This record gives sequence, C-alpha cells and structure tokens, in this order.
Amino acid sequence: MIIILFGVFLLALLVITALAIVRTDNLFAAVILTGIFSLLMAANFFLLDAADVALTEAAIGAGISTVLFLGALALTGERERGGSTNRLLALGVVTVTTLIVIYATFDKPRLGDPDAPVHQHVGPWYLEKTPALIDIPNAVTAVLASFRGYDTLGEVFVVFTAGIGVLFLLSAGRGGRTEEIRPADAPGPGLRHYLVPRVVGRMLIPFIFLFGLYVQFHGDYGPGGGFQAGAIVAAAVILYALLEGEAQALRALPMSVLKWLVAGGALLYGAIGVASMFLGGNFLDYSVLASDPITGQHIGIIVIELGVGITVTGVLLCVFHAFAARGKV
Amino acid sequence: MAMTIDILSWIMLTAGGAFVFIGGLGALRMPNLYTRMHAASLTDTMGAVLVIGGIMMQAGLTLATIKLAAILLFLLLTSPTASNALASAAILSGLQPEEGPIKPRKNAE
Repeated sequence: MIIILFGVFLLALLVITALAIVRTDNLFAAVILTGIFSLLMAANFFLLDAADVALTEAAIGAGISTVLFLGALALTGERERGGSTNRLLALGVVTVTTLIVIYATFDKPRLGDPDAPVHQHVGPWYLEKTPALIDIPNAVTAVLASFRGYDTLGEVFVVFTAGIGVLFLLSAGRGGRTEEIRPADAPGPGLRHYLVPRVVGRMLIPFIFLFGLYVQFHGDYGPGGGFQAGAIVAAAVILYALLEGEAQALRALPMSVLKWLVAGGALLYGAIGVASMFLGGNFLDYSVLASDPITGQHIGIIVIELGVGITVTGVLLCVFHAFAARGKV
Repeated sequence: MAMTIDILSWIMLTAGGAFVFIGGLGALRMPNLYTRMHAASLTDTMGAVLVIGGIMMQAGLTLATIKLAAILLFLLLTSPTASNALASAAILSGLQPEEGPIKPRKNAE
C-alpha cells in the first residue's frame, strides 16, 4: 500500500517535471529539469525492484546526459527561440496518442501480476537455470551477459555506432586541427579559479574511480555492470576535465587512447565470442572458455562486461571532448 | 535498549524531515538568491545528516550502515562544495548580495 502511494507520488512528480520542461523557455532550466526527471525515473525503477536499470538511469540519465546537454548548451544560447510550430497539430497528435495509450492500458495486467505474459514466457526459465548454468547471484547480469549475450553485443555496437556518429557530426568542418590550436597552459573553461571545488574534487576522483571499478566487477553479485561502471568512470574523468581544464584531461587520456577504448571494448566483446567458437562452442557460448562450464561462464561474463565498460567510457568521453572542442574553434 | 535506539532514530528522522521541509520552504519563499541558497543548503547538510543517521540506527550494525556512512560522508563533502561553487558563480557573474533591510521580492526572474 505504502509502495503504491509512493509510486503514485513519484509519478505525479514526473508529470509535474515533464510539464515544467515543456513550459520553460530557459534551456538551462530545462536541462536541469531533465536531470531531475531522470533521477525521479531512477527512483521509480528502484521502486519496481529494477536496481540495475535504476543505477543505469541515475548514472547516464541524471549524470552524464546532463553534463553533455550543458556542454551543448554552452555552444548555443540559454533561451529557446520562439517556435513557429503548429500548436493545434501538436495538440491533436498528443491527444490521439494519449487516448491510444490509455486504451492500451485496459489490457495491461495488474502491477506485479504473476500471470502476466512477461512472467510466463522465458523469464521463469532464466530464473530457474541461472543457479545451475551460471551460478551468479544477480540473475539480471546472467540474462544480460550470457543468456542474451547477442542482444548486449548489439547494444555495445549501438553505443559504438552512436559514438562514431556523434564524432563525425561534431568534428565536421574542423579539419582535425583541434590539438594544435589549444595551448596546454591557457586557462581552460574549467573551474581553475575555484579553490574549494578543486580541492574536494581532487580528493573525490580516486574514490569515484574505485566505485566505478566496484560497480564494474561486482555486477555478478549485485546491481551493476559495464554500462553503469562505464558511465561512472567517464563521470570521474569529466569531473577532472571540469576542475583542471579539458586540455589537462586530454593529456591524461589523449583522444588517440579514447578512440582505441571505443573500438577496443566492442572488439574485446566480439573476440570472446570468436574465442569460444575456436574452442569448439557456439558464438558467445562461454562454457568452453574453461574446463569447468560454470567457471567458463564467469570468465566470459567478467570479460564481456569489461568490454562493455571500456566502450561506454570511451564513447562518453569522446562525445564530451567533441562538445568541449567545438566551443573553442 | 532497542526501544531507545528506535525512539532516537525516529526523532532524528522527524527532525531531518523538518529540516528538509524548512529548507524547501525557504528555497521558495526567501527574497534573493543567496538567502534561498542558504535555505536550500540546509536540506542537504542538516537534513541529510539527520535522515541518514536515523536510517543508520534503524539498520543496526550491518553492511547497509557502512554503505550509508559512505553516502553520508560523500554528501557532506559534495553538498557544501556545490553550494560554494554556486555562490562563487553567482558572485563572479556579478550578482551582489543585498545589504540592509529586505526588499520585497521581484517577480521577474
């Protein structure tokens, strides 16, 4: 009962936030509200016992995307340009969609209904077989990394492709001369003159890295995994870039390394699949990686999660640097 | 003993909730940015300490308490830093703190 009340409260806040995003013409406020929306969404996911999704939403939605939005905003203006959109048409589309969605909810099973189709299909089989076949406590990771390894490989390639696409778009017309025009000692756009954030940030960055590694390698046992860890590690580097200036961050992790990370993570994932083929199994069948099938599964999951984490970190940092470099040209 | 801890924890939780409420009220009602920030920073220092302290007492000596302590430490480091950064940004952008008697709040942003 309390849970339902809390859920309704959170959903009401979500609607209010969404309306506020639509109403405001200050893009800065809209970006912050989007972050709040993501955080509320994460709380919602957690309420529905989807801790892994909640962690991803909090790290990527509320954390990194807000930073990327702000980076984009620094290139444009703070105010929304008055649109000449057809409001009546928009109202019509929204009304029709809303009615269809409301009509669709009549067929929706009750929240948490054990007879719901989603709980009758392959779900029970995964839950039943995870202890015997893979033997890790977090069934989400088992499904994500092993049972549905193909899907996750596809997701990693989507992230990879998206990163490449953003890099292409943002680097257009710059002729690849970003490295030269930026003197390393020039005061960057960072918070160099703010003493307190720099001191605290420097103190925190190692711990953020540590937490990222914990989330990365604890994914078998609790909520976490490559996607979340990649976002957290990227956040640590972005924090460093904000504190010390972007040039300093690029000196620590140059663009050439980042590009290797982007490709290397996806490559590592694929390589594990090919390796299991060479060892006599199917593509992404980790059981053949060690003499004991369960150990093989553990090795496979750890390595592909690492691949996911590396690619996500690389892509997020590349996108961040692409935005930051854009402002200086 | 357990009773005492329980009562103490609920006192802390209630007080923490009160601080968060007062902070939220202040952030809405205070006349200018610096006073509003002053109110808002109440929620993530005093409010957070009391609420997380109360939850720690409820959790007892478990792994959850240690995690909560880590979160508390993180909040105590970051929230005042964020307030500091916000205030410095406001000063640098040329918003001077008002002195003297409080003027009525302008409705325009």
